[in-house]
Amino acid sequence: MPDFSRVYDVLVVGGGNAALCAAITAARAGASVILCEASPPPLRGGNSRHTRNLRTMHPGPTQVMTDSYLEEEYWDDLRRVTAGKTDEALARMCIRASQHAPDFLASCGVVFQPSLSGTLSLSRTNAFFLGGGKALLNALYRECARLGIVTLYDTEVQHIKVEEGWATEAVVSHAGFPERIRFKALVASSGGFQANRNWLREYWGDAADNFQIRGTPYAQGTILKDLLAQGVQEVGDPTQFHAVANDARAPMEDGGLAMRLDCVPFAIVVNRNVERFYDEGEDVWPKRYAIWGRLIAQQPGQVALAVTDSQAVMNFLPSVYPPYKADSIAGIAAQAGMDAAKLEKVVADYNAAVVPGTFTPMTPDDCRTEGLTPPKSHWARRIDKPPYYAYPLRPGITFTFLSVKVDDKARVLMADGKPSGNMFASGEIMSGNILGQGYLAGFGMTLGTVFGRLAGEGAAKHVRN
Amino acid sequence: MSATEMNKLDALLREATVTESDAYQEARRQMAVCNACRYCEGYCAVFPAMAMRREFETADLTHLANLCHGCKGCYHACQYAPPHAFGINIPATFATIRQESYAQYAWPPAMGRAFEKNGTIVAGVATLFVTLALLLAVALVDPSKLWTAQTGTGAFFRIIPLWLINALAGASFGFAILAMAMGAIRYWRGTGGLGGPLTPAPAAEAAVDVLTLRNLGGGGHGCNDVDDSFAQQRRWLHQAMFYGFMLCFAATTTGAIYHHVFGWKSPHAFFSLPVQLGTWGGVLLCIGTAGLMRVKVITDPVPVARKLMGGEYAMLGLLFLIGSTGLLLLAVRHTGAMGFMLALHFGLVLSFFAVLPYSKMVHGVYRGIALLRNARERRAG
Ligand SMILES: Cc1cc2nc3c(=O)[nH]c(=O)nc-3n(C[C@H](O)[C@H](O)[C@H](O)COP(=O)(O)OP(=O)(O)OC[C@H]3O[C@@H](n4cnc5c(N)ncnc54)[C@H](O)[C@@H]3O)c2cc1C
Ligand code: HEM
Ligand code: SF4
Ligand code: SF4
Repeated sequence: MPDFSRVYDVLVVGGGNAALCAAITAARAGASVILCEASPPPLRGGNSRHTRNLRTMHPGPTQVMTDSYLEEEYWDDLRRVTAGKTDEALARMCIRASQHAPDFLASCGVVFQPSLSGTLSLSRTNAFFLGGGKALLNALYRECARLGIVTLYDTEVQHIKVEEGWATEAVVSHAGFPERIRFKALVASSGGFQANRNWLREYWGDAADNFQIRGTPYAQGTILKDLLAQGVQEVGDPTQFHAVANDARAPMEDGGLAMRLDCVPFAIVVNRNVERFYDEGEDVWPKRYAIWGRLIAQQPGQVALAVTDSQAVMNFLPSVYPPYKADSIAGIAAQAGMDAAKLEKVVADYNAAVVPGTFTPMTPDDCRTEGLTPPKSHWARRIDKPPYYAYPLRPGITFTFLSVKVDDKARVLMADGKPSGNMFASGEIMSGNILGQGYLAGFGMTLGTVFGRLAGEGAAKHVRN
Repeated sequence: MSATEMNKLDALLREATVTESDAYQEARRQMAVCNACRYCEGYCAVFPAMAMRREFETADLTHLANLCHGCKGCYHACQYAPPHAFGINIPATFATIRQESYAQYAWPPAMGRAFEKNGTIVAGVATLFVTLALLLAVALVDPSKLWTAQTGTGAFFRIIPLWLINALAGASFGFAILAMAMGAIRYWRGTGGLGGPLTPAPAAEAAVDVLTLRNLGGGGHGCNDVDDSFAQQRRWLHQAMFYGFMLCFAATTTGAIYHHVFGWKSPHAFFSLPVQLGTWGGVLLCIGTAGLMRVKVITDPVPVARKLMGGEYAMLGLLFLIGSTGLLLLAVRHTGAMGFMLALHFGLVLSFFAVLPYSKMVHGVYRGIALLRNARERRAG
């Protein structure tokens, strides 16, 4: 039984990468730390359990990354995906600090590997965790144990008492029993609110019922809402999130990475009304991966169907569930529950618009359509080699961007713009400070590691003074 | 009929007669998830081999399962491990398939049944042989020789005559080799054959994999021997057992050469080659087997196939007893306990030969083949 009577130096809310980095940094700086994770041990670590890599700046080749990836290019990538809706100073600070993130994680026992297959060709910009996020979490939790951090599972933090910009105590449910935890500094790292459907419904209405939550079901946003209701400054668009094209047959929660489908650039995609709605071949998939979830979320019924043929089926990673497969387009339509004549016409119109070109699967090629709306700008080949294959799609929500505002020391800012006396935040719960919209693969773990370390450092320093 | 037609017919017949077990169906489901995920590709040879495939026929799954070294890395790293709904547990599933494939490819085929309740069978045979050896020694050997210190050349063979040793050991070992070779051929054919000429490069690569147990290294930093922390314990313990076993084998062989070629009779001096090989071999064998048993007792049980534990414990126990009775024999060889020890040791070794083709030991054969096929496949791209 943990000691609930004592006053801990630092309370860390959450058990994902952002929380663990903060807890470890604070403990290494000499603070006594208690960490509350809402989930039971096997499902610990939130969305971080499903991750694979983090994006880091590096001036030259490293053991696990090729070439170099410098601040300007990183910043440029970030500016582009966010369409400028970001905080340049904060973003650049994060980019520069990202250079040291892998070393920090390695010091906690995390092992990296060179990227091999099926990784959206990110070996230059991203460092991959051997075994993925679960292995990373195992290492971080072991480091916590080594440092004597009190780690409570099945412990949901329900409320933080905030008085005049100071957090004073936490109301928690520990193994189903109400408890109070007292502390000198708080680090909030409890993720976004994407698994809270009622909250999503406020912005998306009934459509929210059709969103698949890719990651942890524990991302209820309880502490995010709690802090925002107590005078903490809000940042970020509540309708913005990272979302990908998921298999429509995936579990509604926690289906993880294996549910995403990479077939879009090598297929044509129609909505429930059997109409194409976006250029499937606009750019290479790593750059378009993150927009398709949102695109499908905006379609009627939040569903879509990607149709392709035997010629293209080896160009993308296999799906977990078998694709629809038929010798005719009508056969595909029957399996997908669509109007056969309409689907045949869409495919025929598309085929007629395809101009000949040289197909190069990994780089934008000259295979495109002419006179078709919307066009398919690259990788457009006639869909006429049976058997035909099709994949049903739904939006898979990764995480929401609505956040608490922080400064470049990970201090939480109050509505009046002044930093809180003893509150810090890291990870998804502050992602909206930098991600106004859009996403860069591997940036979630970078945010968590960089701001987690800052938060842990700040909290420990506050306690010492 | 041409050879290819024959093969096709073979395959059809096999499909018609072999209905897949739950473990195979479960493995196919799990492979579909892994193949879309691939997070574990850095751990071992299984995942890159998986990534070369889209469909998983029975033969593919048998091959992948025998390629798996049961290091448990991919279980502890799995985002979909139980209690997640997908319940991915590759080490346990593949271990079950390995066991089923040992049974399926055993020769003569009826002996496949010996892999059910393998622990009981191995332990039973060992007990039986030891009892027989002791009884025979008591019945056949002059009691004055059995219980008194025997010294000088040919001391051992006054207890158990050399011709008997040669006949029993030769027959049982010879049969074991035949049965395992037949098993290897049946396995090789059943899992798709070579598919091309055998060149030295992949064979060398597979040999290195076997001799270094590379795939029990977790991609370099170790395996999850006990829990989610990394270590190379099992690898080094298996190496101790493996090389200990080989040294013991070399000891026996050099002993035989000394006897038959040079006419030098045992017992040999402590610093002679056969005794040195046997001593160090025995020590390593004992350390390896005892250590592996310890790891088995304390390891996280979820990624382990419980059904197989009996056979593994029995084999570890048998090897430990062979090693320890060999060392004891050395210690007491100039005393009155020698006769008893020799009968005990000889009974254990004989029982090991007898169960060899129907025990955990066949994993070496099938893993070796799987590593060879994998080395070829990797080169072919
Ligand atoms: C399928 C998938 C793949 C991804 N792949 C990558 C990738 O390869 N690279 C990358 O950079 N990003 C990736 N991301 C995004 C990445 O997971 C996140 O951005 C990052 O993990 C966020 O870390 P975090 O610690 O802020 O949140 P999380 O890891 O989600 O942790 C939040 C924690 O808070 C706990 N919690 C929530 N509420 C409470 C409460 N009230 N009380 C106590 N505890 C609470 C949760 O249980 C959880 O442990 C992926 C996400 C998904 C879903
Ligand atoms: C081709 C050579 C060999 C290879 C590649 C190999 C590989 C392995 C591996 C990976 C394991 C652990 C997984 C499992 O339990 O199946 C194992 C277990 C085992 N091996 Fe081997 N082995 C080989 C030869 C041998 C030999 C020669 C012996 C006998 C001395 C042996 C005895 C055992 C035993 C008893 C176990 C069970 C250990 C346990 O349950 O903890 N192996 N082997
Ligand atoms: S074992 Fe789990 S984490 Fe590893 S590849 Fe398979 S599904 Fe992915
Ligand atoms: S248990 Fe180890 S050897 Fe077997 S598949 Fe998993 S990682 Fe590979």
